[in-house]
Amino acid sequence: MSDYEFIDHSYDVVVIGAGGAGLRATFGLAEAGFNTACVTKVFPTRSHTVAAQGGISAALGNMGEDDWRWHMYDTVKGSDWLGDQDAIEYMCKEAPDAVIELEHYGVPFSRTEDGKIYQRPFGGMTTRFGEGTAQRTCAAADRTGHAMLHTLYQQSLKHDAEFYIEYFAVDLIMEDGACRGVVAIDLATGRLHRFRSHQVILATGGYGRSYFSCTSAHTCTGDGSAMVLRAGLPVQDMEFVQFHPTGIYGAGCLITEGVRGEGGYLTNADGERFMERYAPNAKDLASRDVVSRSMTIEIREGRGVGADKDHIHLHLEHLGPEVIEERLPGIAESARIFAGVDVTREPIPVLPTVHYNMGGIPANFNGQVVTKKDGDPESVVPGLMAVGEAACVSVHGANRLGSNSLLDLVVFGRAAAHFCAAEMTPSARHKPLAADAGQNSVARIDKLRNADGSRSTSEIRLEMQKVMQGHAAVFRTGESLDEGVELLRQTFGSFEDVRVADRSLIWNTDLVETMELENLLLNAAATIESAANRLESRGAHAREDYPERDDENWMKHTLAWVDDQGKVDFDYRPVHQETLTDEVDYVEPKARVY
Amino acid sequence: MAEFRLPKNSRLTKGRHFASASGSSNVRRFAVYRYDPDSGENPRVDTYEVDIDNCGPMVLDALIKIKNEIDPTLTFRRSCREGICGSCAMNIDGGNTLACTRSIESVKGDVKIYPLPHLPVVKDLVGDLTNFYAQYASIKPWLQARTPPPPDQERLQSKDDQELINEPAACILCACCSTSCPSYWWNSDRYLGPAALLAAYRWLVDSRDEATGERLDELEDPFRLYRCHTIMNCTQTCPKNLNPAKAIAETKKMLAERKY
Repeated sequence: MSDYEFIDHSYDVVVIGAGGAGLRATFGLAEAGFNTACVTKVFPTRSHTVAAQGGISAALGNMGEDDWRWHMYDTVKGSDWLGDQDAIEYMCKEAPDAVIELEHYGVPFSRTEDGKIYQRPFGGMTTRFGEGTAQRTCAAADRTGHAMLHTLYQQSLKHDAEFYIEYFAVDLIMEDGACRGVVAIDLATGRLHRFRSHQVILATGGYGRSYFSCTSAHTCTGDGSAMVLRAGLPVQDMEFVQFHPTGIYGAGCLITEGVRGEGGYLTNADGERFMERYAPNAKDLASRDVVSRSMTIEIREGRGVGADKDHIHLHLEHLGPEVIEERLPGIAESARIFAGVDVTREPIPVLPTVHYNMGGIPANFNGQVVTKKDGDPESVVPGLMAVGEAACVSVHGANRLGSNSLLDLVVFGRAAAHFCAAEMTPSARHKPLAADAGQNSVARIDKLRNADGSRSTSEIRLEMQKVMQGHAAVFRTGESLDEGVELLRQTFGSFEDVRVADRSLIWNTDLVETMELENLLLNAAATIESAANRLESRGAHAREDYPERDDENWMKHTLAWVDDQGKVDFDYRPVHQETLTDEVDYVEPKARVY
Repeated sequence: MAEFRLPKNSRLTKGRHFASASGSSNVRRFAVYRYDPDSGENPRVDTYEVDIDNCGPMVLDALIKIKNEIDPTLTFRRSCREGICGSCAMNIDGGNTLACTRSIESVKGDVKIYPLPHLPVVKDLVGDLTNFYAQYASIKPWLQARTPPPPDQERLQSKDDQELINEPAACILCACCSTSCPSYWWNSDRYLGPAALLAAYRWLVDSRDEATGERLDELEDPFRLYRCHTIMNCTQTCPKNLNPAKAIAETKKMLAERKY
C-alpha cells in the first residue's frame, strides 16, 4: 500500500470547494486570522458559480421602492412554504449589506444613469407582498456569476488564502459523531493528503449531473452531500430539483431568466404567449417551477414548436440590438454558438432543464450541519459546516427564486466565516487523529483504481441519468417514480461491477469520474426515493397523483440516509415556522398563485 | 547554440489508431496529442474515428465521446461546457481556443488537438498553468483604494466608466492568449503575457481603483510589459473576442503620457 501513504496537514479550518460560497468563507476566515485551507477539484475561477448569469437579489431600491421584507415574502412564497423563515429573514435582511460589500470588493456591476448598481426584474420578485414587479436583481450584464467569482478569488489572493487546487476531496474523517478533517487526492501526483482541522466547511455545490440534461457543469457531482451520506449523516429535501425554464434545446446550456426580466417572453407553436393563461399577473416572470410546468403542459398538449413539437420559443428580438448588446451580450453569444440563432432576428429554442438542487446537507443559518439525533431535529454535527448549493439551510424550500442563489452563496459563506470567528480561536491545539483515520478512503480508492468489472463508468452514469430524467422530472407520478426507484437500485447495484481503465496515479480522470459517479448515485438515490416518498405537490415537486399541497401532513423537511448498498431511510425535521426577530411577521401559508 | 528542435524526449511519435466500429458513413478523424508521464515514453498522436451522427456538435463533445466510448484514459480538463469557465482551452486545428465552443464542422480535414503550446505537459491535453496563475496573482488583481467606501452604499461609477472595465473584466483566464504569444513562449519567466496584462489594465482603468501609479510602476519594465511586440496573436485567438493587445497598447500609452 505504499502508493497511498498520507501527507498530513493541520489547519484551523478546511473549506472544500472554491465557488462563491467556498471562496467567501475562505477569505473571510483568512482575514480573521484563521489558518485556513481551501481544497478544490478545479481552479477557483472554473467553479460553476462562474456560469450564473442574471444576477444577485437584494432590496437596494436603486430602481424604485424596495424593502427586504417584500424580498422575504417573495422568497417564502417561492419556497412554497417549505423554507425556514428564520433563515430566509436572515438572508434577505443581510442581502443589501452583502451586495454593497461585493461592490466594495470591486465587482464590475452594471450601472444606472446615476451610477448606482443596476437592478433588473426577475421571476417571483415583487413589491408590496405580491402587488407590483420589483427590480431587485443586481446585475453585471449577463455574467454576474463570473464577475462575482473572479472578484471573490481576487479577494482570496489579497488575503493570501491557502489553496490546494486540483485536489479531489474523497471522504470526511469522522470520530465519535464529530468531523475531524478530510481526505483528498492530489490529481497531479495521485498522492493522498489527510487534512486535520477543527472545522470542515463543505461548499461543493449541487449534483445536476445525476440528470441527463442539465445546465450544470460536468463537475457538479454532489461530492459534499455524498461525503456526508457516507459519514452516516442525512441529506435533506432532495426531492426538490429545479428545472430552469430556459435551457437551450439540445445543448442544455443556460439562458438566463434575465432575458424575461428585460422583457423577453415565451411562445408556443401557435405563437401564443401562453404564460398569460397560467400566471395572469406575473406572466413570463412567474417563479421557475410554475413556468417549467406550463411549458411542459404546452408541449404535452401538442403545442410545442419545431419538427417534433418538443420545445418552446423564447423571444428577445423585440428588445432591439442595443439592449441586447448592453445587458445580454453573453446570451446572444450562447444562442449563436449553441442554437445557431441570431437573437436580434429569431427566437431561441428552449426547454425546461435541470438547474439547481434546493435540497442538500441540512444546516442552520450559521452554516453548522445539523441532523436529527435522539429526537432532536436541530442536533449540530461538531466540526462540520455546509454552505451554498451543497447546503439546505433551507432558504429555498421547495423552489428557489432566480437570483437568490448568488445571494445564498455570499450571505452564508460570510455567515460561516463570522460564526467561526465568534466561536473559535485561531491556532487552537489539535488532538491527534486515530491511527487508522482515512484508511477507509484508501481502501475505496485502491479498489476503484483497480476495478476490473464489465461496465464502464460512462455506461453506468448514462443509465442513471436516463432513469432520473425519465422518472423524476417536472411532473411525477407514483407509478413512474416507483419504477424509477427500482431501476435506479439496479443501476446502483451495478456499480459493484464498474471498470476503470486508467491505472495511473497522475491526473487519473477516469478514476475521478468514477468516484464522482459513486457520489452522483448516492445523491440520485436520495432524490428519487424522497420524491416517491412525498405524497403531495409542493414547489418543484409536482405529483400528478397528489396535485395539492398538503400542509397538514407534509409541511416538513425530508431527511434521507443512504447506505452503501443504496438503501434509503427517512425521517423528518419540522419547518421553522418562526421568524428570527420581530422586525417582520411570519408569512402565513396560503395558495400560491402568480 | 540555440536549440531549434524539440528535446529528444518531447518529439512526437505515431500513436495508436482507433477505427470506428459504428459502420456509420459520417465519420471524422481526431488526431489527439497523448503523453503518459508514467510510461517514460515520448508523446504520441493517437487517432480516433468518431461517428459524427451520434455526437454533439463541438470538439469537446467528441473528446467526451472518445473518453466515454473508446478510450477512458484520454485526459483533459473540462467543466461548464458553455465557454465561461475556461477549463477546456487547448490547441485545435492549429489555434488556441475552447473545445466546448469550437464546432467540429468548422475544422477541415482531421481534427488535430494538442495541449496549449509551450506549457509543461502534465498528461495528454493537461498543461501546467502554475506560472500563468502566479503571474495573474503578481499584478495584484484586486481593488486598491485608500479612500474608504461609503459605509452603507456602493461606490458610484458612471455608465461610461463602467464600460471601460466591462470588457477586460470578462476574461475567463483560459490562457489561450498568453500561450499563443511568441514573446511569451520565449520569455514566460519574465514577460507577464497578455492575460495578466489585460487583468492589470482592467484595474488601471477602473474609476474606483486608486493604485494606478503603483500599478504602472510595477509594469514599467523591459520584460514584464515591453516584451509585447504587438504580434496580435492574443486578440486573434481569444475565444471570448476580447482585445488584450489593445489593453497592452493603452497601458503603454498611459506610461508614455505619464512620462511627458
